[in-house]
Amino acid sequence: MSVSVEPAGQATTSAGAAPDVAEEAGQALRPHAEDAFAAELAALAEQDDRPRPARWLLSPWAVATYLLGGTLPDGTVITPKYVGPRRIVEVAVTTLATDRALLLLGVPGTAKTWVSEHLAAAVSGDSTLLVQGTAGTPEEAIRYGWNYAQLLAHGPSRDALVPSPVMRAMSEGMTARVEELTRIPADVQDSLITILSEKTLPIPELGQEVQAVRGFNLIATANDRDRGVNDLSSALRRRFNTVVLPLPESADAEVDIVSRRVDQIGRSLDLPAGPEGIDEIRRVVTVFRELRDGVTTDGRTKVKSPSGTLSTAEAISVVTNGLALAAHFGDGVLRPGDVAAGILGAVVRDPAADRVIWQEYLEAVVRERDGWKDFYRACREVSA
Amino acid sequence: MTAPEEHGRGEAARAGAAGDSRVGAGGPLLLGVRHHGPGSARAVRAALDAAEPRVLLVEGPPEADGLVGLAAEPDMRPPVALLAHVVDEPGRSAFWPLAEFSPEWVAIQWAVRRGVPVRFMDLPAAHALARGEPAAPADGEAEPAGSPGGEGEAAAGPESAVSPEEAVLIDPLGALADAAGYDDPERWWEDVVEHRAAGGDVFAPFDALGEAMGALRETYGSGGHDRDLVREAHMRLQLRAAQREFGGEDVAVVCGAWHVPALREKVSVAADRAVLKGLPKVKVDMTWVPWTHRRLSRHSGYGAGIDSPGWYGHLFGAPDRPVERWLTKVAGLLRDEDRLVSSAHVIEAVRLADTLAVMRGRPLPGLTETMDAVRAVMCEGSDVPLALVHDRLVVGDVLGEVPESAPAVPLQRDLTRLQRRLRLKPEALERELELDLRKETDAARSRLLHRLRLLGVGWGEPAESRGSTGTFRETWRLRWEPELSVRVAEAGVWGTTVLAAATAKAEADAVGAAALADVTALAERCLLADLPDALPVVMRVLADRAALDADVGHLAQALPALVRSLRYGDVRGTSTGAVGEVALGLAERVFVGLPPACAGLDADAAAAMRGHVDGVHVAVGLLGELADAEGGGDAGGVRGRWQRVLRGLVGGERVAGVVRGRCARLLMDDGVLAEGEAARFMGLALSPGTEPGEAAAWIEGFVGGGAGGGMLLVHDERLLGLVDAWLTGVSGDAFVDVLPLLRRTFAAYEPGVRRTLGELVRRGPGQSGAALLTEGAPGFAAELDQERADSVLPVVGLLLGLGDGEIRGGAGQVSTAGGRAGRSGNRLVGVA
Repeated sequence: MSVSVEPAGQATTSAGAAPDVAEEAGQALRPHAEDAFAAELAALAEQDDRPRPARWLLSPWAVATYLLGGTLPDGTVITPKYVGPRRIVEVAVTTLATDRALLLLGVPGTAKTWVSEHLAAAVSGDSTLLVQGTAGTPEEAIRYGWNYAQLLAHGPSRDALVPSPVMRAMSEGMTARVEELTRIPADVQDSLITILSEKTLPIPELGQEVQAVRGFNLIATANDRDRGVNDLSSALRRRFNTVVLPLPESADAEVDIVSRRVDQIGRSLDLPAGPEGIDEIRRVVTVFRELRDGVTTDGRTKVKSPSGTLSTAEAISVVTNGLALAAHFGDGVLRPGDVAAGILGAVVRDPAADRVIWQEYLEAVVRERDGWKDFYRACREVSA
Repeated sequence: MTAPEEHGRGEAARAGAAGDSRVGAGGPLLLGVRHHGPGSARAVRAALDAAEPRVLLVEGPPEADGLVGLAAEPDMRPPVALLAHVVDEPGRSAFWPLAEFSPEWVAIQWAVRRGVPVRFMDLPAAHALARGEPAAPADGEAEPAGSPGGEGEAAAGPESAVSPEEAVLIDPLGALADAAGYDDPERWWEDVVEHRAAGGDVFAPFDALGEAMGALRETYGSGGHDRDLVREAHMRLQLRAAQREFGGEDVAVVCGAWHVPALREKVSVAADRAVLKGLPKVKVDMTWVPWTHRRLSRHSGYGAGIDSPGWYGHLFGAPDRPVERWLTKVAGLLRDEDRLVSSAHVIEAVRLADTLAVMRGRPLPGLTETMDAVRAVMCEGSDVPLALVHDRLVVGDVLGEVPESAPAVPLQRDLTRLQRRLRLKPEALERELELDLRKETDAARSRLLHRLRLLGVGWGEPAESRGSTGTFRETWRLRWEPELSVRVAEAGVWGTTVLAAATAKAEADAVGAAALADVTALAERCLLADLPDALPVVMRVLADRAALDADVGHLAQALPALVRSLRYGDVRGTSTGAVGEVALGLAERVFVGLPPACAGLDADAAAAMRGHVDGVHVAVGLLGELADAEGGGDAGGVRGRWQRVLRGLVGGERVAGVVRGRCARLLMDDGVLAEGEAARFMGLALSPGTEPGEAAAWIEGFVGGGAGGGMLLVHDERLLGLVDAWLTGVSGDAFVDVLPLLRRTFAAYEPGVRRTLGELVRRGPGQSGAALLTEGAPGFAAELDQERADSVLPVVGLLLGLGDGEIRGGAGQVSTAGGRAGRSGNRLVGVA
């Protein structure tokens, strides 16, 4: 996802967001949170009578409700965006309200980006002030760059300056997002320190500075497993409140998350929804959980864990993939054969070791299980 | 959690309940509290200061009236508990724990300091314990000890956390919280009571709470707590008596809020008397015992079900700004653990906690909010340091103290005396104690700890000694749990002193022991605990048992412990003559019984038998040594007979392979087998006629296990050759069968040994000497550099303790000196 793509949704409620080139609503492959849930946000804003921090579109309480779901006094149903411990969302929202930067940690696929996007959407009405962290993220992406044509023609001036999303968020009192913070090289990471502690961004070339307006804050996400890539410096770490997003606690919760997201994605891809799918989703989640935890759900048999993370997000993509297969090449009903290939792809990341683990799992666990015959056969077929 | 919005309803409910804590004019001051609630405690203190009653009635056993004065002693430090136990059955007991922040404790302190008489008004423990409900930890939940109210509340305290078996009972606090829209009773209570700032009418909280409880009891009656009716009848009688004596207005009552409506009720004296009539009764002793925070936090057993005594203690103790002080404390702890926590962290954590509280609609940040803040700000989202905070601060390591003047069970007094004399202080925190048994005091300490262990008072647990394997060293892990006071009280039946009680207990245990090994273990413990009077009884029982026991396994298990105790006897200067005799007798029985017991065993039984053989072998070795030292003539005899037994086993046709292999190995290690004999036995065992599985088992027995197992094969090439030849001769099918067994054997070897073995096998059994060298180490010349090798010889000679001449004398001599390490001179030189 890049910063420049900013399709405006239907009835944007965002006050601070610059109006964009109007696009047909619903055209975007993946609309932004503030567009997709514009109605909910509007309803919340209308009903919300609690005090709002400066430049917040909603009160912290309403933001939490937006993420966790609920029913408003007038009967508007707010769908849950995040299924997980309430405590986590409360701490996250409160952190933003205390103008401390928020760091969302977690293994891949624990909805870090998802939560950060929705938080930004609910707090500032704009989730697009985003810096995607990569190994090649330059300092300009966090501070500011220059329009060189302007710079050469007119010399350094504010007009020649290209603000980064973070800079824009500061000057407009919005929520900025930094994805995959630990992928960013350490020296570039450190350019956040002044921003977070002094709440100001000096522009030495112009002898000016941009001071953060009240309401500015920053949400960063980082991967637990990435710690080795570029560790967060302790100086930077101190400036964040850290919230660790856990893996779903129970199989039921995970099935719920998967089916909810699959449904959403399926709708946006115009896939027909199969009612029988839930059994297959449960199966995918069971396989993922068992391999991830290294033990079967009945706690009797140990299994080896493959090298992949087998996150919920991967389960979602396996099921979505299966649905697409079923819709286009099958009879529209999600069947074992449709998910088998996807599971194989998710599990076997290391062709040698993981394949053995998968075969063992198939023979030792899947074959014996009641009602899993079709699945076993399908898996054998794709594994062979 | 509930949406903060709903909190408003809770407020309303609370505000709506207004009343008067005095029953009409001239009524007593009824202070209904939540046991162990710091807010209640503070409110009670304020109310007492304001009302200045002339007598104080507290919910608790009246037997403790005489002990109240002790509460004012400087040596008395909460948490403590009132312990009631049946006089001739100390195991039946009940507890009333009191923490620093318990309203009852605060009230008692207030009264005792001012010389205001304090009376306990609950049903006497004599009745409560006589009902046979009692005191075992499991039952404690239902009676005084364990109810979450702690304080003699049969789960009727307003704070009861409902345990499964009580689920049918009504949980008053839960009902109120539910009415207020809270799903967690604890939180509701914290919000509406504990976190209320002081100020305003000091009686108002009690009025409101009493009113609410009244409404509850109108709806639910006794709420399933039928025993409460009896208790409340007694409370009313006590209340009336106090009122008669001191006048109606000058009586203050501190009891669980649940009971307040019952105390207000107008019931005739006759009716109350009728309820109490004919209750069973036992003779009860009462005393104070020290308690710990950890114990308060337990829901079962003797706990009071307070999840966070440390936090409550903090709330009660902090003069102001409790959250700031708490988070500073947390930061201090984390700093001590070398975590980077600055004042800035504390500031941010306070801000986060405050905002979280607002967000959740709570008047003040509670424990949940502060812990969430600590996790997000100070612990980088990790639960690991948080667990430390929970353990050290939220629960906390606080051990109460009781003055020595508190009545104690006689045994307890003796123990206290010993503890003082030996300078062993009972402490809640686990610590290690190193004892040097050659020193007088340390030996006495060791004896005391061993005796207490015999009595079931697990104050110290023996730990593995570090560094030293000497028998004169002992390491103990000490940890005084408050329930040990109960154990001491229980052990009181065995005697009035630790020594007498331990002796009596050991004798009784010996007679009642189920297995032979138990008796030998007991004998060992008697020696360790230095109970010479108990030993004869134990030995007699042991001899009787050994004679009757037909299972050699049992005997074989019993022998090592017995022999070990013989060895300890030395160090401790105990007379072990009797034990030695018994041990020898036992060994003989084993020798006789072993050969037949080794025949026709399946794999598991054979493995167990192999273990027995090993154990007996070590024991016999020790036994022989001891006999040697004493110059006994029988010494060589024991070992000689054992070797004959082993020899018999090695040749036994029907003996399991693993046992035979083991016996051969033991004989060989002892140096009893002649040069070629081991190889002959191995050849026999591995000859093609033997079933491969059996042969593999033999190998397992012979070279498996232990550190030296693999070295044997490394150094004795002939044996290795035999194994190799056998293995290559095994048919393909049979190989699959023996593979797991062999794998198990060889997998136990150290990696180095395995590698050397692998290399030896790769070179092939026939090749040695120069051929070995040529193939071997890359980077070395193919031929031996005689000159350089010679220059090493003097050092080798020195190492082997040979003269210079001998070394130069000839390769053959060197190789002999080198033992199995080198069968040829070339080899040794090569190694050097």
